[in-house]
Amino acid sequence: MSRALRFYRSAIGKKVVMAVTGLIGIAFVIAHMTGNLLAFAGPEAINSYSHFLKSTGELLLVLRAVLIVAVILHVIAAAQLTIQNRAARPMGYVDREPQVSTWASRTMRWGGLLLLVFIVLHILHFTTGDLKPAGVFSTADVYGNIIASFRIWWVVLFYLISMIALGFHLYHGAWSSVRSLGLRQPSPNPLQRRVALAVAAIVWAGFVAVPVAVFVGLVG
Amino acid sequence: MHLRLRVWRQASATATGKLVEYDAPNISPDMSFLEMLDVVNERLMEKGDDPIAFDHDCREGICGSCSLMINGAAHGPMKATATCQLHMRSFRDGETIDVEPWRAKAFPVIRDLVVDRSALDRIIQAGGFISAATGGAQDANAILVPKTAADAAMDAAACIGCGACVAACPNASASLFTASKISHLGHLPQGQPERRRRVLSMVNQMELEEFGGCTLYGECQEACPKEISIDTISRMNGDFIRAGLTDWR
Ligand code: HEM
Ligand code: FES
Repeated sequence: MSRALRFYRSAIGKKVVMAVTGLIGIAFVIAHMTGNLLAFAGPEAINSYSHFLKSTGELLLVLRAVLIVAVILHVIAAAQLTIQNRAARPMGYVDREPQVSTWASRTMRWGGLLLLVFIVLHILHFTTGDLKPAGVFSTADVYGNIIASFRIWWVVLFYLISMIALGFHLYHGAWSSVRSLGLRQPSPNPLQRRVALAVAAIVWAGFVAVPVAVFVGLVG
Repeated sequence: MHLRLRVWRQASATATGKLVEYDAPNISPDMSFLEMLDVVNERLMEKGDDPIAFDHDCREGICGSCSLMINGAAHGPMKATATCQLHMRSFRDGETIDVEPWRAKAFPVIRDLVVDRSALDRIIQAGGFISAATGGAQDANAILVPKTAADAAMDAAACIGCGACVAACPNASASLFTASKISHLGHLPQGQPERRRRVLSMVNQMELEEFGGCTLYGECQEACPKEISIDTISRMNGDFIRAGLTDWR
């Protein structure tokens, strides 16, 4: 059996795949969030940014392929680990009190599932335009798409809830991925995760800023 | 103290078990949890009932025999304390205390609160040792060990193999146990020759025993009576990645 397959067969190997693909995801969401904030700079700024991205041609295709493969690997490994972890305790406790685990860590599976639904709907919404909650879509006018969609309360609500899920996912994930990869130095308080808190909070705030600003009329 | 217990009773590995309620009056707050169970058992035997089976040996927190999920926490509510060292004064008078066995596929119940933890022994057998020619003991300072390495090795070696990490982990993972055994040898010069082979075999055995994987919940570290750090798990992953890349063909 090849080395890669043997590696992946173990739970640690799967966690390494989750950590690497998760870190790719974190890098992506930070970049994406920063780009979105151009909406505050007006229609020309974000539309020309979108134009610039599309003009990179092959590079954009490669980036998209990397992201899609990363999401697929991340989800497959998550599913396999979840099955293995559930099977490891066929009979649960009558009385079990979590002591120190965070809510974020205990919602990685359901929160992750919500993120998967979000990713699919979000692509259909803003990338392909198959979903038109506002009835209009134009590939050339990202700004217009944003304004039209985020005037609708339930679209804003769906994005807000999904971004809360993302924030929690990253609060645990940004911390655990580094540990899964064995990159962490010994720490007097290993459960401390300040950097992860900052990553989660910044990504969350940056992503919700645009829909909220549009909804309350600050933008558009 | 007057307590009420709800204890998991199961006649054999194949029998179905259930929580059974016991009234436990006249319990001294200075008793250990196991002494309290001894008293309850004496009263049960006087009535001609079967005593509650539970594991114990040293009763001084060093052998790793005692276990018990007490009110939903492995080894009960006191941090850094094995059940045998837990005193009844940690509970309120009149409290109802739930007592369950460790739960994991790899730890089948043998009877009542006793589970089979030999899966942990097999993980050790797979690589938790060093191969050295024995003979007369050499000079203690013939092999120099940096103080930091000696300390880190001792911290990891504090693991008594009780399995509380598995019991507390939502995934029933034995990562903290395996990682501490790997670390305590891996920090020392004597552990280096077999370091890579050790991590591969022990992790492999851990998975064969059908323990879960690590999600870094941190519950194991909190439950560990010896306060072993989840840093050891990160170290195990690092060793595993390095060994997997170099030693497998
Ligand atoms: C924006 C997308 C996403 C990002 C940035 C992301 C990031 C991460 C990171 C960094 C980790 C930590 C990995 C580790 O501890 O080694 C993680 C874990 C996890 N992710 Fe994601 N993730 C994303 C989407 C998803 C999706 C769509 C799912 C599931 C359908 C998912 C399910 C999980 C699960 C279950 C874990 C915990 C695995 C375990 O420790 O057992 N994630 N994620
Ligand atoms: S009985 Fe030996 S550690 Fe508790």
